[in-house]
Amino acid sequence: MEAGAGGRVSGQVAILGIGMHPWGKWGRSFVEYGVHAARAALADAGVDWSEIQFISGGATMRCGYPGYVAGATFAQALGWQGAEVNTSYAACATGSQALAAARTKILSGGCDLALVVGADTTPKGFLAPAKGERPDDPDWVRFRLGFTNPTYFALYARRRMALYGATERDFAAVKVKNAAAGSENPNARYRKKFTVEEVLASATVADPLRLLNICATSDGGAALVVSSLDYARRRGLHPLVRVAGMSCVTPRFASGEVEMPDIATDSAVAADTHSFRASLAAKAYAEANIGPEDVSVAEVYDLSSAMELDWYEHIGLCPPGEAERLLNSGATRIGGRVPVNPSGGLACFGEAVPAQALAQVCELTWQLRGQAGARQVQGAKVGITVNQGLFGHGSAVILER
Amino acid sequence: MSDRTRAPAIDGWYTLDENEPHLIGSRCAACGTYSFPPRNRFCPNPGCGGAELQRAPLSRTGILWSYTNACYQPPEPYISADPFLPFAIAAVALEKEKMIVLGQVVTGVGVEQLRIGMPMRLVLETLHEEPQSERVVWKWKPAQGGA
Repeated sequence: MEAGAGGRVSGQVAILGIGMHPWGKWGRSFVEYGVHAARAALADAGVDWSEIQFISGGATMRCGYPGYVAGATFAQALGWQGAEVNTSYAACATGSQALAAARTKILSGGCDLALVVGADTTPKGFLAPAKGERPDDPDWVRFRLGFTNPTYFALYARRRMALYGATERDFAAVKVKNAAAGSENPNARYRKKFTVEEVLASATVADPLRLLNICATSDGGAALVVSSLDYARRRGLHPLVRVAGMSCVTPRFASGEVEMPDIATDSAVAADTHSFRASLAAKAYAEANIGPEDVSVAEVYDLSSAMELDWYEHIGLCPPGEAERLLNSGATRIGGRVPVNPSGGLACFGEAVPAQALAQVCELTWQLRGQAGARQVQGAKVGITVNQGLFGHGSAVILER
Repeated sequence: MSDRTRAPAIDGWYTLDENEPHLIGSRCAACGTYSFPPRNRFCPNPGCGGAELQRAPLSRTGILWSYTNACYQPPEPYISADPFLPFAIAAVALEKEKMIVLGQVVTGVGVEQLRIGMPMRLVLETLHEEPQSERVVWKWKPAQGGA
């Protein structure tokens, strides 16, 4: 393992229960979505809320003080019962970091049973920074200059076209694949199927990306009940879905790609460049002591349909430059060798930031249990999630059964 | 030209030279690492540990690393002309500094005129207008072998 990447966590925790509030633009409080998801996860686990010893919330930055202290907000809404509480914020990796807190608590012997909850209510349109004149905040600066999230997605997409010959049809094919999968998912916001031609006919937002290549922002909530393996075994769960590895690492200096919200990369005059996205999966694989060849299903962060192709390479499903070939071979469809985004991905969900990484874990849990219905990946044994967000945050979670 | 004052949209990040404007970065006295926007202290290179950073002019030319455009009006704090005018955006790799810097592309140059690998140079142009002043910012322009 590379220096600075931290030690490996030994031991595993069990995913005892999962629950979601369907994604959409419901216009209600994020607390309602979170409690709905939490109750669903508790019911799925067969655990009473009063038994939970640790509640870990994923914070939202858009819903005022209750969002900053989401763990306590959800605890109060479920009914104060004296559990220990935590709130985590890590942009798109928020849910994973909240899960990491629960996992660490369990593995250190601090508790047997924890609840992890993330939920969000989002405004329409582009995600935007906090108000005021704040040139010290890189997120403020890039919006003043006119660089939205799709700006960055599009820079990567154009780069992919130049380096590897990716085409707009390839990007459209990712959307078509994910829309087909998501059409079978009752928790997805968008359940319409699309053709390549329909994607290519949608309006350009940030060349070469079109409206149907870019993920929306959504309301939604997701929750997990996690426990020690001993506790899960006493319950006699089968199949037992376990968290086998996790990663919430920072990038390593120097960055080779411009990352949100920065307007420049690091300078690499005195250091080599490193790929942040590749490092996320690498740490999780090392912790789980497996490799990409062991993966049967993946949920990756398709903020744009072009970025899904980048992820194929960054999680090691294929060498750099071969993602288009992997996609077009059908390998990443449900029924293919290694299906990616059987949930429908962000293409069908839109992003509910603090809930999204947990939604990825929910989907893999259903897949590993064999409960994914029409989206089922046959014989799924190992799954990996991966995501990336602002300010050097990202995560990967490996589940096994 | 109007009589209005010409002022930077963001203070201290670029010079206002009419002919040869440049970005102002910082450079570590110990390891030579650049930063943009400029930092006051503490080198970001974890292998260095230097604390002393100096202001340093960045290269005025570079190679187009990637590009896109904004077809829809960005949200605040972007200040839009009325009506909104779409603009192209460039990510330019600076050879000496070994870093990539984003910027809008000058008015009148669209994505169809850009290709990865082409030389680009830095110019100043209006970012937004205020009643008493014209707020300028750095933008990238295809170098086309010219000045």
